[in-house]
Amino acid sequence: MTINEIQEEIIKEFENFKDWMEKYNYLSKLGKSLPAMNEKYKTEENIIKGCQVKTWFHSRFENGKLFFEVDSKSPLIRGIISLLIRIFSGQKPEDIKNVDLYFIDKIGLRGEFSPLKANSLFKLVNQIKAEAEFYESKQ
Amino acid sequence: MLMYETKNNHKILDFDVIKIRNDFPILNQKIYGKPLVYFDNAATTQKPRLVIETINKLHSEYNSNVHRGVHYLGEEMTKMYEEARERVRKFINAKKTSEIIFTKGTTDSINLAAFSFGEAYIKEGDEIIVSEMEHHSNIVPWQMLCQRKKAKIKVIPFNDRDELLLDEYKKLIGPKTKLVAIVHVSNSLGTINPVKEIVTIAHEKGIPVLIDGTQAIQHEPLDVQDIDCDFYAFSGHKIYGPTGIGVLYGKERWLKEMPPYQGGGEMIEEVTFEKTIYTELPLKFEAGTPNYIGAIGLGVALDYLTSIGMEKIRNYEKKLLEYGTEKLMKIKGLTLYGTAENKVSIFSFLLENIPAYDTGIILDKKGIAVRVGHHCTQPIWDHYGVDGSVRASLAFYNTIEEIDYFCESLKEIQKMFK
Repeated sequence: MTINEIQEEIIKEFENFKDWMEKYNYLSKLGKSLPAMNEKYKTEENIIKGCQVKTWFHSRFENGKLFFEVDSKSPLIRGIISLLIRIFSGQKPEDIKNVDLYFIDKIGLRGEFSPLKANSLFKLVNQIKAEAEFYESKQ
Repeated sequence: MLMYETKNNHKILDFDVIKIRNDFPILNQKIYGKPLVYFDNAATTQKPRLVIETINKLHSEYNSNVHRGVHYLGEEMTKMYEEARERVRKFINAKKTSEIIFTKGTTDSINLAAFSFGEAYIKEGDEIIVSEMEHHSNIVPWQMLCQRKKAKIKVIPFNDRDELLLDEYKKLIGPKTKLVAIVHVSNSLGTINPVKEIVTIAHEKGIPVLIDGTQAIQHEPLDVQDIDCDFYAFSGHKIYGPTGIGVLYGKERWLKEMPPYQGGGEMIEEVTFEKTIYTELPLKFEAGTPNYIGAIGLGVALDYLTSIGMEKIRNYEKKLLEYGTEKLMKIKGLTLYGTAENKVSIFSFLLENIPAYDTGIILDKKGIAVRVGHHCTQPIWDHYGVDGSVRASLAFYNTIEEIDYFCESLKEIQKMFK
């Protein structure tokens, strides 16, 4: 699936929720089902700086595609992470680099998350994009 | 006599919290459609209308620089600024107004003390005692001083009831100890430290004591002469006054000997390119144009509190503390940090298997403002081996009903994360 097809799929899933409580419930459920990160990647260097909750980030590049592993101590952040991994993991660097993440606004994440929380989200997105640029330049 | 009665029949006599809430315009609003429950008072307190109106009036009708103008407005402003100093003196019962220095806030006050006291008295190998319970602002300035002077920091530990170990403190005092810098009330745990006893112990060996009063002064009456501390620091915005203003109280004997912290206008008697003669206290420590409107606003806030009565505020907040502690203890899977016998209305806690951050996010959506994280006291959380907590810090405008709503919300969060 392309990045935008996955975004559309997520937007559809969130259309069913009446209020923020239901969205949060769903996010925390997604968070719980996110596979745990390999402990060997939970190093100091892999911590995303500036996030309120400890969040680790690891990527690998295989056969022209990027794969991500991310973990956080917060179930809600893990929920958001699982959405981002669904969108980005297994995509080509050039597709990631130019992405327009419109699903964030469409599902109300921006409006319902305070700037601080959104900040963590964008830090993660920036990190993913930076990895994409790095591997694209190496190709 | 006005009475406050709740559904739970909690009568808090002689304290009309509804009337008091009307003095604070910000409290009367909705957040995400829910009435605001402001439980983040240890971060900053809200401002009574009187303070807001005073600041507005000063900007619109009186603004003029202090201690400079020969003109009417300048003289009026100077008079009000110096009156504010007197209001602070009276509120903390200092001996003289010359012992009241206006700063930007507690952090600025402690940095001033660390620099100037350090310049005058700290040498290589000397020791400064702090506690495990300090806010970073009563650790870092001393570390910076110690680096500069090759001095050392010694730390008083606390026990699992979150009380300082005074026997350990006594053992730490030695011939090299030059200063004790201690927090009056812990911002993370709420513990009220026995500062008078701490001062007496230090004074027996002739060692001065600085007290970080940021989280104490808004909760109970303060008498610096009774405590007999040598320095006392606090912030205006934590005591219902404006931001950007704070106080360093210092005994005259120290302040006179200590060199200025910053150089500039206002703090000089005479300047030539060869030398500068500094002016008298307290202006020696107030270089540059001071935050005079903030200082006057702080004075008004203190007057407002005095009109209610600090004893009454203490008693009402104690009721909130007792009620809240009882209710929180009943929530299964909730761990309360800060269980000292003597404490203020601060509840620091964690819900089992739910990070503080997530709890804070959901509380926010329910209109409840709390703080999550380490609250600038990382050594405390190292002591417990956790990353931090959820902190609900209550003020005298908070209510029993708000505590009920808060506890119900916590139970809902537990269900949500099950």
